[in-house]
Amino acid sequence: MYGYSGRMLTVDLTSEKTKTEAISEVFCRKFLGGNGFSISLLYEHQKPGIDPLSPDNVLVFAVGPFCGTVIPTSAKYVVQAKSPLTGFQGKSIGSSSWSQAFRRAGYDALLIKGGAKKPTYLFIDDDTIEFRDAKELWGKDCWETHRIFRDAIGDDNVQVASIGPAGENLVRFASIVSNHHHEDDGRTGMGAVMGSKQLKAVVVRGSKTVEVAKINELLDLSKEYYKKVIEGLTSNIMKDLGTIGTGMEYLSNYATPIRNFQSTDAFKESATMSEDIRKISTEWMQEQYVHKSVACASCPIGCDHIDFIRAGPYKGVAYKIEYQGMYALGTNCGIWYLPAIVKAGQLCDTLGIDVISTGVVVAWAMECFEKGILTLKDTGGIDLSFGNHDALMEIIQKIAHREGLGDTLAEGVKKASEKIGRGSEKFAMHSKGLEFPGFDVRGLKATALSFAVSTRGADHISAAVFGPEIRGRINRFKFEKGQSGFVADKENNLTLYNSLMICRFSGDLWMNIYSELAHLYALVTGIPLTTEELRTAGERVWNMEKAYNIREGWTRKDDSLPPRVFNDPIPDGDAKGSHLTKKEFNFMLDDYYAARDWTRDGMPPKKKLIELGLNDVAKEVGV
Amino acid sequence: MQRKFVVSDSEQCIGCQVCEYVCSAVKEGGFNPLLSRIRTVRVEPAFNISMACRLCEDPTCVKSCPRKALSKDEKTGIIILDEEKCNGCAWCIETCEFGAITLHPVKKTIIVCDLCDGDPKCLPYCPTEALSLKTPEEISQKTRKKAVTTLVKGISE
Repeated sequence: MYGYSGRMLTVDLTSEKTKTEAISEVFCRKFLGGNGFSISLLYEHQKPGIDPLSPDNVLVFAVGPFCGTVIPTSAKYVVQAKSPLTGFQGKSIGSSSWSQAFRRAGYDALLIKGGAKKPTYLFIDDDTIEFRDAKELWGKDCWETHRIFRDAIGDDNVQVASIGPAGENLVRFASIVSNHHHEDDGRTGMGAVMGSKQLKAVVVRGSKTVEVAKINELLDLSKEYYKKVIEGLTSNIMKDLGTIGTGMEYLSNYATPIRNFQSTDAFKESATMSEDIRKISTEWMQEQYVHKSVACASCPIGCDHIDFIRAGPYKGVAYKIEYQGMYALGTNCGIWYLPAIVKAGQLCDTLGIDVISTGVVVAWAMECFEKGILTLKDTGGIDLSFGNHDALMEIIQKIAHREGLGDTLAEGVKKASEKIGRGSEKFAMHSKGLEFPGFDVRGLKATALSFAVSTRGADHISAAVFGPEIRGRINRFKFEKGQSGFVADKENNLTLYNSLMICRFSGDLWMNIYSELAHLYALVTGIPLTTEELRTAGERVWNMEKAYNIREGWTRKDDSLPPRVFNDPIPDGDAKGSHLTKKEFNFMLDDYYAARDWTRDGMPPKKKLIELGLNDVAKEVGV
Repeated sequence: MQRKFVVSDSEQCIGCQVCEYVCSAVKEGGFNPLLSRIRTVRVEPAFNISMACRLCEDPTCVKSCPRKALSKDEKTGIIILDEEKCNGCAWCIETCEFGAITLHPVKKTIIVCDLCDGDPKCLPYCPTEALSLKTPEEISQKTRKKAVTTLVKGISE
């Protein structure tokens, strides 16, 4: 096969046995790669109802058919397992040279089963697989871990995906970090799954050549895409400023949550803060902080913008700034001091915890503190007032090491609020246990639906309809019949991205995405696929994830939103008064399930699953 | 006329490795940085650069080769390899001050940038236009211009 390695590797940490198996062309055509591979392998190899933090969980890494080629933005990889945060499918998509090294080692997927008896790391050196002692590395932060590996092995071609102290300590939203300050596997606690297996890192080195079906045509076509970026025919916002560039648009359109969803009015909020909101303007940042853009392998965009803090208490910190971090660790915690936000992001990355979940659980604790539900006694003397960035740094450390209140917060906002109680569940911002990304969905109703129905919990990138809403392409305040079709289409589309494993930020490169991707797919693999087959593949993979969740006990009530979305209208700004009613939300779910050809209970009928070629799944979960 | 070689402006380079992929594809028919004549270096957190043969005036690689497998093209300055003579001893790799020579992992003979007959194929792919084919005079001109622009800006402010 071209493009694909055509092989998957299974390792069992309990028995320290490994197995390499062939991947068939039929499987490739059906699931494409990445997310498609990982969910179908997880479905096949993991028994339902298991404890996600037990050796019974199966951790799958997968790459796509474009990985290791010149195709723009193709350095993605996916990690999937049962999530310790949600109890449903957990998934996280990262982007770094790790994926390409793994592909060059000669694999498309890696299945990790069982659990090691002592701290271990896996070294995949082409065809040589070794289980090595990680005793010396246990407790080390992610960046330090990466440095130690490169120094010890003495080869910069070695790529590392590791956990930090948070993963070791089973923080339920621990991440896997693969290449410092680039796109990491943040969400749904995949780092905790690694930690539960006592697996510190997956270290890879690949020396094989990636061969494609039609290399000259692929080179010529790719050149056109690179030319588009050079000539500025694509939107430059990701290139010039990264996600923070669009973030300014969200902030000024009253879409960014502030102080745990107690405000959306950045203009008003900033007047009460020591630092002016204008100071988080894009131009100002570009001038003051953005030192350098850095790209993932095979990416012409380079959305990571590295900031060097030049003065003040965080002087010397060098880390990227991006929108979700600015929201979660910034505005949502009432913090407007940019150097503190950058520092907090760096802390999350080195300790190995998800930025979004961390920010949301801390903001929830800050509101508890504000309301007297948590006191100085509970916090161990930390003044958890909104806006206190010293407290943020301290509590992040405590979460990662599960110390004091940090131990409760490390459970995620759902479990933490259930434990603390006293009405705090009403402002615990999560869906299915996954903390909310930076969009106030009370004034973004299609986004509200997408957060509720996403197969991994509150997720802004499963459908990513906030852009069209904020820019007025669809009415953000009133959900209209038919908007569900738009949401479902976007989900299928982005699931296709995640299966071919190209970046969501490549959007501007394509004029007609389905035919262009079909063409690229044929040039790489030699397999002709119709645009219709590609569309169906996205829908198939989404239904597969849904089926996985149903097997884990999903029912309609799990597609939910937190009470604040219904009970507390947005208090200020242009979106003032906006909220959801239960009736409206039920209508949205009905409309969405209908758009998906599912039953009113949200169950895929047997017929639908068979149509998608998922016959075995139809037998097991179809109605 | 001064010699030209591929240079990378580290201020523009984002470390995407696209030059490596293009080079290996053009020269070897597959994607693999280990087969590339141009190599990228990233120094965390944010320094990136690509490096290829600089076509030294008096190349140490040529001088050091015990089998006289390397020679310098008098007209273009390109390093020419006689594959028959090369036994992959890596002495030239050790002497090159820029790490611009690598060992072909399969053939076990050395590989080095040959400028693709004066039209380096990596250049048009570079998404930030960090790569260019320049003479030493052109490189110093660019540096001078940059320095002066900063100075002029400083005065006008």
